Amino acid sequence: MARFLSGDRGALARAISWAENADDRFQAALSGVYERVGRAVRVGVTGPPGAGKSTLVNEVARLLREMERTVGILAVDPSSPFTGGALLGDRIRMEERTLDPGVFIRSMASRGSHGGIARASVDACDMMDAWGLDEILIETVGVGQAEYDVVAAADTVVVVLCPGAGDGIQAMKSGLLEVADVLVVNKSDVSGAARLALDLEESVHIRATTRKHDEEKWVPPVVSCSAGTASGVDAVIEGVESHRRFLADGRLEGARGAKRVEQVQRVVTERLAEGVWDARGWRTEVEVLLGSGDTPYDVASQVLGEILGGIPVAGAPGARKEAGCS
Amino acid sequence: MTDRRIRVLVAKPGLDGHDRGAKTVASVLRDHGMEVIYTGLHKTPAMIAEIAVQEDVDVVGLSILSGAHMELFPRVRKELEQRGMAHVLLVGGGIIPREDIEALEGDGFTKLFGPGTNTDSIAEFIQTEMQQRWAKEGADA
Amino acid sequence: MSTSANGASSVRTIDPRAAWQEAFRAAAARDVDFTSLSGSELEELYGPTDADIDYERDLGWPGQFPFTRGIHANMYRGRLWTMRQFAGFGTARESNERYKFLLDHGQTGLSVAFDFPTLMGRDADDEMCLGEVGQVGVSISSLRDMETLMDGIPMDRVSTSMTINGPAPILLAFYIACAEKQGVAPEALRGTVQNDILKEYQAQHAWLVQAEPALRMITDVMGYCAENVPQWNTISISGYHIREAGSTAAEELAFTLANGMEYVRRGIAAGLDVDTFAPRLSFFFDSHLDFFEEIAKFRAARRIWARKMRDEFGAKDPRSWMLRFHTQTAGVSLTAQQPENNIVRTAFEALAAVLGGTQSLHTNSMDETLSLPTEKAVKIALRTQQVIADELEVTHVIDPLAGSYYVESLTSKLEAEAEKSFAEVERRGGVVPAILDGYFQSEIHRSAVRYQRATESGRKKIVGVNTYVEDDDGVPAIDIHRIDPASEREAKVAIAKLRSERDGAAARRELDAIRRACQDGGNLLERFVAAAHAYCTLGEIAQVLREEFGEFQEPKIL
Repeated sequence: MARFLSGDRGALARAISWAENADDRFQAALSGVYERVGRAVRVGVTGPPGAGKSTLVNEVARLLREMERTVGILAVDPSSPFTGGALLGDRIRMEERTLDPGVFIRSMASRGSHGGIARASVDACDMMDAWGLDEILIETVGVGQAEYDVVAAADTVVVVLCPGAGDGIQAMKSGLLEVADVLVVNKSDVSGAARLALDLEESVHIRATTRKHDEEKWVPPVVSCSAGTASGVDAVIEGVESHRRFLADGRLEGARGAKRVEQVQRVVTERLAEGVWDARGWRTEVEVLLGSGDTPYDVASQVLGEILGGIPVAGAPGARKEAGCS
Repeated sequence: MTDRRIRVLVAKPGLDGHDRGAKTVASVLRDHGMEVIYTGLHKTPAMIAEIAVQEDVDVVGLSILSGAHMELFPRVRKELEQRGMAHVLLVGGGIIPREDIEALEGDGFTKLFGPGTNTDSIAEFIQTEMQQRWAKEGADA
Repeated sequence: MSTSANGASSVRTIDPRAAWQEAFRAAAARDVDFTSLSGSELEELYGPTDADIDYERDLGWPGQFPFTRGIHANMYRGRLWTMRQFAGFGTARESNERYKFLLDHGQTGLSVAFDFPTLMGRDADDEMCLGEVGQVGVSISSLRDMETLMDGIPMDRVSTSMTINGPAPILLAFYIACAEKQGVAPEALRGTVQNDILKEYQAQHAWLVQAEPALRMITDVMGYCAENVPQWNTISISGYHIREAGSTAAEELAFTLANGMEYVRRGIAAGLDVDTFAPRLSFFFDSHLDFFEEIAKFRAARRIWARKMRDEFGAKDPRSWMLRFHTQTAGVSLTAQQPENNIVRTAFEALAAVLGGTQSLHTNSMDETLSLPTEKAVKIALRTQQVIADELEVTHVIDPLAGSYYVESLTSKLEAEAEKSFAEVERRGGVVPAILDGYFQSEIHRSAVRYQRATESGRKKIVGVNTYVEDDDGVPAIDIHRIDPASEREAKVAIAKLRSERDGAAARRELDAIRRACQDGGNLLERFVAAAHAYCTLGEIAQVLREEFGEFQEPKIL
């Protein structure tokens, strides 16, 4: 970890690989630097394919560098469910940042559907944070639960939309708006952009007025920009900063604390699956029980009972497990 | 290790814009279960090596059709070494005459693939090579 | 095929067509993929109803709308196509020698290949260019290099084709300035500059600046040449690179014509009368191995273009309706294995181009998958064209395949597919937005991967690669042409010498004038010609453009 602490980029990269691979060495690596975690600003950027997320992230990074902030970028792309392979091409839009010593870019594949990417992306951000990067931008394509989980780990979530390809109604249906702390209408020079911004304003307003008045809630600003021509991107940063000021009043600590708990849950679940389930070779036993006519729920109860010894198990552990970790 | 996958950087050094081969190979490697990072066009040796570091790849594959391979390929190798990445599996392809293939294979490149190479055989070569390396790593550890 | 049975025949006689179909089905078929090279389904037989054409409307007469049968009334009975071998390597001096060799051996036009530094708008001494100078073409960094390149070649008597795109207006300026120094007036210059930036973004990837300012420079070239260099073809709209990057024949046709129409729209939007610039537009296609598909592609291209130009863009001059084109045989069809077979492939591809009515032709050399061609290989390639022209007797009859049920059916089908593609581009907001979306690039990549899969699985055969393979068919150790690294050193010395000898203040003034023109909309080609005379270098001019207009960044398609 000496290399890591002295600013060696290879050491940071390797630590992230350990997180990705669920390598045993990661635990010690994180312990060694954990007191340094928590200084960086974490911003998630998501949106439908073709909305211009990579271009926006690249432009935001450029502006942050002009403000003399160092930047880490984590670009998460889906793995193929059939082959497990992935094409990670977001760097292509970030060419100018490649040789900047104040920028570190890492591409990550989502690898399967068990939520491992949510755990690994938090780990990667922790490592970038501990390594000393000021701002961390986490970019994913907003298509599935796993991707939501990834950006939800950020302090502020930016949802990027553009006219046409990923329009407002689609976004509302898919629930993208509910995770948004800042809404960006990219490609503002394309026809339909103004309309999309109005639609978003309206739905944000409706949501704000129809909910309970028991506490002051954040109303996501709607920001228009054209990342391709580098115009209006400063307003996106301003949107993120305004959310940050809103969080400053103790809210950030509360939210981060809750996210830490979630991370513990993920690690527990993953280790249960790997360490206990895989190692003990339950498969044959389970097959025998299923063969005798037990339902999958009955078999699961028996398995969990044995794993957990005397700890009481709920009647439908499968359902509880799902609610807890997905 | 529970979920280790081969990470490959497919890179285009130099000024030529012929990316048909590089992109096709990238797609084929993905279909063989690898995680492939494609650099895009017109990258300098320093950029390629820096990306390899940040992405902590296991394999770097260079593609070039401009004839500048004897100049650029060894430079990429040097840049990788300077950044502590001498361990990566280094391969390349393009319009490369036989004697140049021999020269590069004696200079840090494990394998050069000439025109007309079957893309599946490239994937299989990488898989076999990485399995051997990981097995050795495991034995050493 | 879908020919209906002849209803007039009596009930008892056997319908010959039905009998044929029965016999056809009963006979065993070879276990072969019976699709076209582009992967489209083919019938086993084509008949009168497959080629549903109205002769006057769809074919017409040679030299007449819609030019399906050719753009000249007499075609090759009047004049053969121009045999134009693309060449250039090393320094300007070495290329100058190769050009003189080719002109001495009967070639009738020059075709200049530039090296990657030149194609990317960089001087030979730029640090991005290590190892690239003179590798795949000639290095031209300034007017002085152009003077060396054209030394002893009468510029008023050759027609010159320059394959360059991003920095095309700058190289054209060097050429015009060079002619002026030779005492040749710009009005006398004949030739073509490729200058087709849209397909660079789509396929070939030698770009300089972003799309909109790049298109503005193209309309500047159109405007300047219409007034000053009237015999110059200001743009060669190229499908070749789209095809070589992996597209199908239909995509090559559709994307190229979509680009052509975009240039026409831009010219009109810039206030030019369509008939002043449209006659100077020419096209450049690939000729691949699927003989009939290629011939149909060339015929369809002429018909589509004529219809669009007359009916959509309102061109009145018949020369604006004519699609003139250059053809190059398919580089991607050549194999490194058993390279001599490439001579045969190239010959068939060249024949398809001739039967498709090409205006000029480049035939590839057999060794091009391995390196730059040797002199011997270049000569065989040129001789291949001469054999077609002089020995096959195919030039005597105009558009000899017209009326073939198969060829006419393919021609119509390709036209219909192109129309679909035009609609898709429109749906995406036009060619430039579709480029920024990665539409063309993704389609080309998909087709390339599909073709690779087809050959690797053996569904599509390639002699020497997946069938009739010989032992030790790796990369053969044949004679190859190598670029002497001294060329790079020589080019660097030349540029240093130029910088020390020229009037530095004058060069700076011209660069400032270019910067102002970028901002205030003055004609940039006019400024480039002036800058060429002041010996501003390619890299210096291109740098001003990059700063003013911004570099293009490729979209993510993988």
